[in-house]
Amino acid sequence: MACYLTTGKHMSLYWSFGTVLLLLAITAPTALVFGFGGAMAARSRILPLRWFGKVYIMLVRGVPDIAFFLFFVIALDQAFEWMRHQFLCPDWDAPIRQGNDFVVCAAAKLPLSTAPQWVHEVYGFFTAVLTFAIVFGAFAANVLYGAMRAVPRGQLETAEAYGMSRHQVNWRILIPQMWVYALPGLSNLWMVLIKATPLLFLLGVKDIVYWGRELGGTANPRFTDFPHGDWRMWYFLALLIFYLAFTRVSELFLERVMKRLTRGQATTGGEAQRRAGA
Amino acid sequence: MKKLMMTATALALGAGMAAADTIRMGTEGAYPPYNFINDSGEVDGFERELGDELCKRAELTCEWVTNDWDSIIPNLVSGNYDTIIAGMTINDERDEVIDFTQNYTMPDPSAYLALSKDVDVDSGVVTAQTGTIQAAFVADSGATLVEFATPEETVAAVRNGEADAVLADKSYLVPIAEEDDSLVLLDREENINMGIGMGIRESDTELREKFDAAITSMKEDGSLNELIKKWDVGATFD
Repeated sequence: MACYLTTGKHMSLYWSFGTVLLLLAITAPTALVFGFGGAMAARSRILPLRWFGKVYIMLVRGVPDIAFFLFFVIALDQAFEWMRHQFLCPDWDAPIRQGNDFVVCAAAKLPLSTAPQWVHEVYGFFTAVLTFAIVFGAFAANVLYGAMRAVPRGQLETAEAYGMSRHQVNWRILIPQMWVYALPGLSNLWMVLIKATPLLFLLGVKDIVYWGRELGGTANPRFTDFPHGDWRMWYFLALLIFYLAFTRVSELFLERVMKRLTRGQATTGGEAQRRAGA
Repeated sequence: MKKLMMTATALALGAGMAAADTIRMGTEGAYPPYNFINDSGEVDGFERELGDELCKRAELTCEWVTNDWDSIIPNLVSGNYDTIIAGMTINDERDEVIDFTQNYTMPDPSAYLALSKDVDVDSGVVTAQTGTIQAAFVADSGATLVEFATPEETVAAVRNGEADAVLADKSYLVPIAEEDDSLVLLDREENINMGIGMGIRESDTELREKFDAAITSMKEDGSLNELIKKWDVGATFD
């Protein structure tokens, strides 16, 4: 049993937990930055910027995730390589698009095909982070956009009456207050993000669900030292427990954040807190 | 002086290593005996041994990469790896998008695996992996097609009764039938497999020629037949 649970394949499963947690740890803040940027752009007074923000939110929210993950990443990778190709191999005369093929000079490959496998894996990981951030950023942008409009107008008017500039009103009054309105929506996104990680395999990053399925699948004695039947149920059960535990911990944490954000706010929650304290 | 010579040797070696091309071999890793992930988490199987030998003969450095079957061709044409060596049957539809080397297995009949011998595969529910020649075949026959992303899931669908039979390469199904008494191979077989080849980008003629030559040399000295026998992947070349 101990031998079985410590095969190289199982080690890969344990590692992939790390991959998933790291991905979440990097993606969540990145997506929030994208979302914040998107929401600010959508509210901007500059017309092209406002268009950009709105188109970003609309477009990404409208495209199915799976299409995004299958095609966008390949397009993104090709865009990087195309730019490197223009820069690194100016005297290359063969066309880049040859029928279905995308051919750039060897020096423009990203990562270089001579690079060790781990470089490819790290690169794949970061394209994954970027794609997740763009997708979830669009949803976050919409949540934040709504939250910014939910801050009571009276608060902003008071700030203006004190002589604050538009910039000051934004950064000192609007943004600190909007989080309480944004948090329920953002916490939803976080929960969805946690469970969206199996999409990673579409990008060639092996996540826990991939390894769970791979390890749980029927193991034929011809091809392994540890033959067993279809054990996917047990592996998936373990993953289920992991996901439930993880989302529960997240919930508890988000509740605390909510309590903190509610303090002193002109919401029913804030009012209740004030009364309880008084 | 000695130090200088060592540096020179190291440089020469380094240059030599850089000159040898690195070829990334894309496979699925879920289709034993052709390719699968072994206990230590590495790609193993008939195609692993074959690929390593071909690379040695073609004097290439090869790196193994696994990719989901669904997106295995798009990732090849966009250059994320240089070959597909994943039990992929040569057929016209794929040939329009990518090029194939000559076949390195003989045409292997496709077989049905079911819970009992009296399944009607002409009108029942037959499962096959998405994007395979078998799936295309079932879609055109009278049977109802149920597709799954991985070969493992197609067999599981037969076990739990979701499908009456699974259609797949015979050499994939035989080891499964032998290990599981509840599953039987039907007598009926379909000759739709034209042999398996390596998939290579259409623009990569040079690489295809290198692998073609290596496959020819392995066919000639009988080493390919030995591998076919060892992994039990159908008939040998004569």
